[in-house]
Amino acid sequence: MGLLSKKDTKLITDPLADNNPITIQVLGICSALAITAELKASLVMGIAVLFVLGVGNVVISLLRNLIPSKIRIIVQLIVVASLVIIVDQVLKAFAFELSKTLSVFIGLIITNCIIMGRFEAFALGNGPWKSFLDGIGNALGYAVILIIVGFFRELLGSGTLFGIPVLGDPIEKTGVYSIGYENNGFMLMPPMALIIVGLIIWVQRSRNKDLIED
Amino acid sequence: MIEHLELFFKSIFIDNMVFAVFLGMCSYLAVSKKVATAVGLGAAVIFVLAITVPLNWLLDQYLLQPGALKWLGAEYADYDLGFLSFIMFIATIATMVQLVEIVVEKFSPSLYNSLGIFLPLIAVNCAILGGSLFMQSREIESFGLALNYGISSGIGWFLAILAIAAIREKIRYSAVPAPLRGLGITFIITGLMGIGFLSFGGMLTGGDEEAEPTTEPTAKVEKFEVKEENKLAENTKSID
Repeated sequence: MGLLSKKDTKLITDPLADNNPITIQVLGICSALAITAELKASLVMGIAVLFVLGVGNVVISLLRNLIPSKIRIIVQLIVVASLVIIVDQVLKAFAFELSKTLSVFIGLIITNCIIMGRFEAFALGNGPWKSFLDGIGNALGYAVILIIVGFFRELLGSGTLFGIPVLGDPIEKTGVYSIGYENNGFMLMPPMALIIVGLIIWVQRSRNKDLIED
Repeated sequence: MIEHLELFFKSIFIDNMVFAVFLGMCSYLAVSKKVATAVGLGAAVIFVLAITVPLNWLLDQYLLQPGALKWLGAEYADYDLGFLSFIMFIATIATMVQLVEIVVEKFSPSLYNSLGIFLPLIAVNCAILGGSLFMQSREIESFGLALNYGISSGIGWFLAILAIAAIREKIRYSAVPAPLRGLGITFIITGLMGIGFLSFGGMLTGGDEEAEPTTEPTAKVEKFEVKEENKLAENTKSID
């Protein structure tokens, strides 16, 4: 990659796996899990966070020498809240159905710990370009987990992906349903998202022993 | 009176902040290693929710809703400032948290010492903003109900963090597979507790056909089941 130095590439790839915001840093779980029953909602949520975190990191990084440290939390909240309002209005204008499904969870991006966490830990101490890459990397790491969880929940729960049936028709008994397969409606319940994330953590930590807690 | 009781139990058990909508998970996972600290944070959350939800209810009612500005004069009746609600709510929460911190420090140093370190943390706790946003989207009718909603959803969160902290204190003596230790097992336990809490779902709607749908996620599931039933019905019809 000519555009990015090795260090810059690391900023993007690190949060995807070994420093993932959800499974390792334990940030941003709040608004993530409730909306992963469908793949489409997970994808849109991922894109929304990508936008907010990418732009927000740049703004905070540009302002970092101007913000008095005592009121920085409020300044950060105002920046995020303005960006989230943009996302919310765009969604309401172009994807109204989806914005109904996501309901309050778009608003909850404001208090998503990933965003405040990255502002505090990175954007306040680094230049705009680096902060931008860091924001993109972390948002992608977040989106990856969301998409994995959304994929399994939608596939096993309703037998569809992006709303398109992929396993055959459960009523007509075609596809895998012809050999007695049934949809697991339980996957659509909110607690299953937690269990799937728990299993992802399990897989990740058995592959990389350094991450194991004692 | 009955609606107060209904909202109270519904917000604690059925629409539990942690188990039904996953709000405040960050601090829930980070501060649940010891029961004593969990109690401190839980109490602070109840406290702040009880203040911010009614306050934001007033803001919503008299500033933000479509037509809410009527009290200013007839020419303002068409304004809809709804798009400002995120920024207003979060600003209210951040300032209230700061204010509460100052007041508590002045008048009750002992309470400040037990809550103190958690209060600033709370401004960015999703459960607090979530409380206000759910209050708005569920269109809670009166100031009293909003106060009730704030307190009871705070109690629900308190119960959840207390339970997980107690379990995590005990689980240290169990042989959990190494990669699952710490975070992984906490996630899975929370999931199982969530499944347990699902069983409260029948508490208010049992036998009542016209009961309103509860949380969004369960509502989605209900819709899904209804769709299935409709399909089944159509199917049997076509067989007939």
